Amino acid sequence: MKNTKFFFISFLMILLIPVKSFGLIEVDITRGNLNPLPVAVSPLSIDEKSRKNFKELLKKENIGLEISSIVENNLRTSGLFNPLNKDAFLQAPDIANLKPRFEDWNLIKAQALITGKVSFDDNKLRVEFRLWDILAGKEMMALAFTTVPSNWRRVGHIISDKVYERLTGEKGYFDTRIIYVAEEGPKTNRIKKLAIMDQDGANNKFLTLGNELVLTPRFNPTSQMVTYLSYFRNLPRVYLLDIETGMQEVVGDFPGMTFAPRFSPNGKKIIMSFAKDGKSDIYTMDLENRIVERITNHPSIDTSPSYSPDGKYITFNSDRSGYQQIYIMKSDGGNVKRISFGNGIYGTPVWSPRGDLIAFTKLHKGKFYIGVMRTDGSGERLLTENFYQEAPSWSPNGRILIFYRETKTDSKGKGFTAKLWSIDLTGYNERMVMTPTDGSDPSWSSLLSN
Amino acid sequence: MNRSIITSSALHLFIIILTAMSLPFLSKKVIDLPPIVSVELIQITEKTNIPFAPKAKKIIEEVKKKEKKLVSEQAPPKKVKKKKPDAVPMPEDNVKKVEKIKDDKQNPEKIDNEVKQVSEFEKDELFDPSNIAALIDKSKEETAEEINKTDKVTQDQAKNFDNAGLSLSEEDALKAQIFGCWSIPLGLPYDENLLVRIRLQLKPDGSVIRSEILDHARMNRPGQGFYKVLAESALRAVKLCQPLRVPSTGYERWKELQLNFDAREMLEG
Repeated sequence: MKNTKFFFISFLMILLIPVKSFGLIEVDITRGNLNPLPVAVSPLSIDEKSRKNFKELLKKENIGLEISSIVENNLRTSGLFNPLNKDAFLQAPDIANLKPRFEDWNLIKAQALITGKVSFDDNKLRVEFRLWDILAGKEMMALAFTTVPSNWRRVGHIISDKVYERLTGEKGYFDTRIIYVAEEGPKTNRIKKLAIMDQDGANNKFLTLGNELVLTPRFNPTSQMVTYLSYFRNLPRVYLLDIETGMQEVVGDFPGMTFAPRFSPNGKKIIMSFAKDGKSDIYTMDLENRIVERITNHPSIDTSPSYSPDGKYITFNSDRSGYQQIYIMKSDGGNVKRISFGNGIYGTPVWSPRGDLIAFTKLHKGKFYIGVMRTDGSGERLLTENFYQEAPSWSPNGRILIFYRETKTDSKGKGFTAKLWSIDLTGYNERMVMTPTDGSDPSWSSLLSN
Repeated sequence: MNRSIITSSALHLFIIILTAMSLPFLSKKVIDLPPIVSVELIQITEKTNIPFAPKAKKIIEEVKKKEKKLVSEQAPPKKVKKKKPDAVPMPEDNVKKVEKIKDDKQNPEKIDNEVKQVSEFEKDELFDPSNIAALIDKSKEETAEEINKTDKVTQDQAKNFDNAGLSLSEEDALKAQIFGCWSIPLGLPYDENLLVRIRLQLKPDGSVIRSEILDHARMNRPGQGFYKVLAESALRAVKLCQPLRVPSTGYERWKELQLNFDAREMLEG
């Protein structure tokens, strides 16, 4: 019995052993800053022999510096990065590419560093680049590209895309092109040509001569094909143009007025609107068998259709409620639902390639706005306001919108100029895209390197 | 009968001890020993002591000069404060104080503490200038009592803090600091789980000994590339913010800290 008592007491004693436990303190960080990330873009190093070869070929003094400038410019215009002034760099490009002295780069407050090397190999341009995390003191990425020397600008864009993707978590949009309508002359006798350029405004080329009026060029989301509208003997025609080969074909002559042809996400259909008997409806056309299918059938004016990226839904604008508003429906025309309910007139809805937002133009009290809303119509945000602007088009990653804006050139409001502008989803990073002539109706291509 | 009771209780005891041994709080103590700490620290200081390139030296010197300038700019208003106690007619003290001020000019952080101490001390003197000896005795007693009191307070606080986390103001200070350092990658899909948990081991001055991403396996999972980007940005924020703004007391309770970085709120907004 004594034993049992002893065991009971000892058992109780064990229970009473003080156990000191520190609850781990947790702190929730739910906010951060949206300041651009400080990045150091070191000039790509180049050996003397390669430099001379490239100078002869490309007429550029230092191709390494030129490529790094492209990267720097791209990152800056994105609004998400702050490329630091090269004068503050302490390490020479060739040594930095081998092993950066992180303390030196930390000193100038860089958080990421891009280094690289350019060489002339077998008449080709070989560019290798490395991305370094300065604070962690490690290499994040290293890639090398080989291409024909004349392609040097694209290498700069591809490097920018890779860096952008690695640091932001979404695909880049730098290795892309923009097609637009180049405009010249007075408003009454405007010459409109199709033109294409890199997204940074370089390599501008005219694709048509300007004999015929061209409107609404739109890129195929899966290839370098463009559809656009052109007037032939005062009749609208929908054309297909392959940018790589220059081949052009007529999709068809359509009765009445045709508006805004646009590709489906898989590039196999074109969706557009026809005006007939005072009403306008939405149709699709299969590019393989040229079968036309009617999607909406309503006595109102339905125009500007745009597919969701999964192809299951279509957004369009219609005046069936009295004023022009934005609607969505299933791709077969069923389940039509109005999503815009704000004051004013809504038009030109475009579904984001990410699928989460719809961009639109809004007219309210004599002012034009470019804005975005969620696909159910909630969370409307107006990004920019002006006297006249419209036709937003998404960058392939769904972060930037390009549109055109008309501004008066004299105080009497007689002259006007139309320019392309871009704005990001924050609404703060608004920039004019430089074009040699006036421009309107821009459309952004998908990534060329895909 | 007795035997069976003894064997059963012995076995029970054995099982209890076994479970007690395997409980996590006991094993934690072993992890608490930080032998790696000093090694890592030495590496860091060695790295920063590496002679910089001549250009870097210049920049460092310039930065230092600027800092010095700032110090001298901040110092004057505090001098004004000190003139008030100087006005009290205490000839011996005056000399000492002048010396102190000279020292203080170089170290502005010290000024605050000393100003307060001097002024409190002088208040007592002003009340009874004739009875200095008695005052000294009293002041000794008072300070002794105060020390005891403060000891009690800190012990109580420590007990409270064992259970509670950081106080609201402490947490706010830390949060505000990290908010400023964290550049949120804007391209993340906001309909995904965007929570990165980082466990930190801290030094008493708030610098980070070790940082560990708790679910780092997710970083290499296919289709979770965005998580890697987010986790890296959070780690950068911690490194950029060093030393963290931690409370000056109670090191034991916050020497290990978990930061939950959640970008959803920002990206959805």
